[in-house]
Amino acid sequence: MERKTGIVAGIDAGSTAIKVTLYDGTLTENMIEPAGWNGREVAAGMLARAASRRGVRVEEIARIYGTGYGRVGLVFLTKAVTEITCHARGAAFLAPGVGTVIDIGGQDVKAIRVDGSGRVLDFIMNDKCAAGTGRFLQVMAGALGMDLATMASLSAVGAEACPINTMCTVFAESEVIGLLNRGTPRETIIAGLYKSIASRVAAMTARITPCQPVVLTGGVALHPSMHKALESELKLPVTVPGQAVFAGSVGAALLAWDDLQRGGE
Amino acid sequence: MTLSRAQAMAHFDMAIPHAATSLKQLKDDGAKVVGFYCMFAPQEVALAAGAQPVALCATKEEPIADGEKTLPRNFCPLIKSSYGFAVTDKCPFFLHSDLIVGETTCDGKKKMFELMARIKPLHVMKLPQGYSTEADKAYWLSAVLELKELLETTFGVAITDGKLSAAIRELNEERLLIQELADYMKNDPVPLSGQDMLKLLWARNFVFDRSEFGAQVRELIGELKERVAKGEGALPKGAKRIVVTGVPTGIGAEKVLKIIEECGAAVVYIENCAGMKQFVSLVDEGKPVLEAIAEKYLGTHCSCMSPNPRRMELVAEVARDWRADGVVDIVWQGCHTYNVESRVLKDYLSSNVNLPYLHIETDYSLGDVEQIRTRVQAFLEMMG
Repeated sequence: MERKTGIVAGIDAGSTAIKVTLYDGTLTENMIEPAGWNGREVAAGMLARAASRRGVRVEEIARIYGTGYGRVGLVFLTKAVTEITCHARGAAFLAPGVGTVIDIGGQDVKAIRVDGSGRVLDFIMNDKCAAGTGRFLQVMAGALGMDLATMASLSAVGAEACPINTMCTVFAESEVIGLLNRGTPRETIIAGLYKSIASRVAAMTARITPCQPVVLTGGVALHPSMHKALESELKLPVTVPGQAVFAGSVGAALLAWDDLQRGGE
Repeated sequence: MTLSRAQAMAHFDMAIPHAATSLKQLKDDGAKVVGFYCMFAPQEVALAAGAQPVALCATKEEPIADGEKTLPRNFCPLIKSSYGFAVTDKCPFFLHSDLIVGETTCDGKKKMFELMARIKPLHVMKLPQGYSTEADKAYWLSAVLELKELLETTFGVAITDGKLSAAIRELNEERLLIQELADYMKNDPVPLSGQDMLKLLWARNFVFDRSEFGAQVRELIGELKERVAKGEGALPKGAKRIVVTGVPTGIGAEKVLKIIEECGAAVVYIENCAGMKQFVSLVDEGKPVLEAIAEKYLGTHCSCMSPNPRRMELVAEVARDWRADGVVDIVWQGCHTYNVESRVLKDYLSSNVNLPYLHIETDYSLGDVEQIRTRVQAFLEMMG
């Protein structure tokens, strides 16, 4: 098979969305779509369209590195790499000089300490449950009768936060419904939810002794209130780079690129 | 290079499946059996009483639901498993034990033993909180003496110094043999997998003919010597080398070891109680017997001891000697002493040997295998 040199791909097959990045040394092409029920097919389709935009066929992409929860299902990968390594590398590219990456994805939360070149020095991930993840927010949005996008924009008003006492997704849903029934304004509840997630994420991050600058990536990074809540809980400035949601796929593409430059398979 | 398994491992594959039958046979022939849960139990004393020391079941998921009928759900899986096995009579070794010896290694266990004592003759050895002062040593010596006297009364025997000396020599010889075996794990490629090392050490608790066990280990050592000379490995040459520490990870609860090796790294040293912890030091043959036994067992660097500097020093030393690329610290949910000590260990390793460290908190269930795999893979990627 002829391989067109100079183009590599990174795919981040998350639980909620799939991200694809093409990289040729100077330019990235980023694409995001919902994971749907067949992530493998969605990823393959996205890769084909991204390649065609760059005027190449998928077969001509020199290397395809995959990461994320769905990486094991992607049969066409050159290599699978964990999301920890990819997010670190991607975040260091999107926000040069980053010291700590906090990634809040659909089903997990991770805090990663990185060195100047985006190498992982230490990391921590949430345990078995959904507490503090995008899925947690999604369930709460459902209980509040809205979608995640509405939640993200509503919360931007900057309301007073009411305390949310549990991080168990099921019990928190009951708590939210209870608050609604007592007439608590939705904005107040939403602010409370972001604060409670931020406080949990901050406690987790403290375990790896975060160093500045701190960068927030992943789907939940797109919620402005999350960003603010996290800054106030961490008591550190947090930046959200322009392409924050693509940190994983950008990282995968860059790792593929590094290996390609080093030569060999 | 072809990856292969040492043939002599076949002995140890069958040791545990055969153990229940051989113990039943011994019992039918009139043997006395002392069941123990923890390595603080001085096995020399049981041997000198003419009894067979045997490890009790505690490392399987299956009886946990039965344990939870009585014990709190958020207890450590090891305690729930032990108790579940005991109350359901699913552990043949528990069934055949004439006496159970427990220790106050944690609050959960000591309270569980109060419940367990309702179904079996059970003696709990009370540990001091530390191992360094003269008062600690005197206190533990009295606990060992109490056990000796109890075994004498229970089995109607006299435990003489001569019998204790013989038991000390027998077990010291075994400890030296295991140390010799562990030394082969310093090679690259590693000639034996960590999972096989664990299986062998676990089997040791269930082989009742100790000279036969010794001969089998010698045979394995002979084979490992040849494998090293030929460059044969259980894992590829250049595989990342991992030292595992933390809670006991016996057969049935070895999932993290399995994941590490499935990810392509070699577990070159198992520092915990299921591994090398009990074999790293000998009973001093030059000292009065009971004192020497008490001294050896009290020196166990378990997280139940406060403070526990010996564990930090030893993990660092082992990591250096076995040329580890990283340390994986496994902690069962609800095991507060190991869980808190993880922080101490992480800091110690980072300031003394600058080694990557991964903390994994889990239980016996398989629900988090993929999450653990991701952490282990990321940990290995971190090493480049």
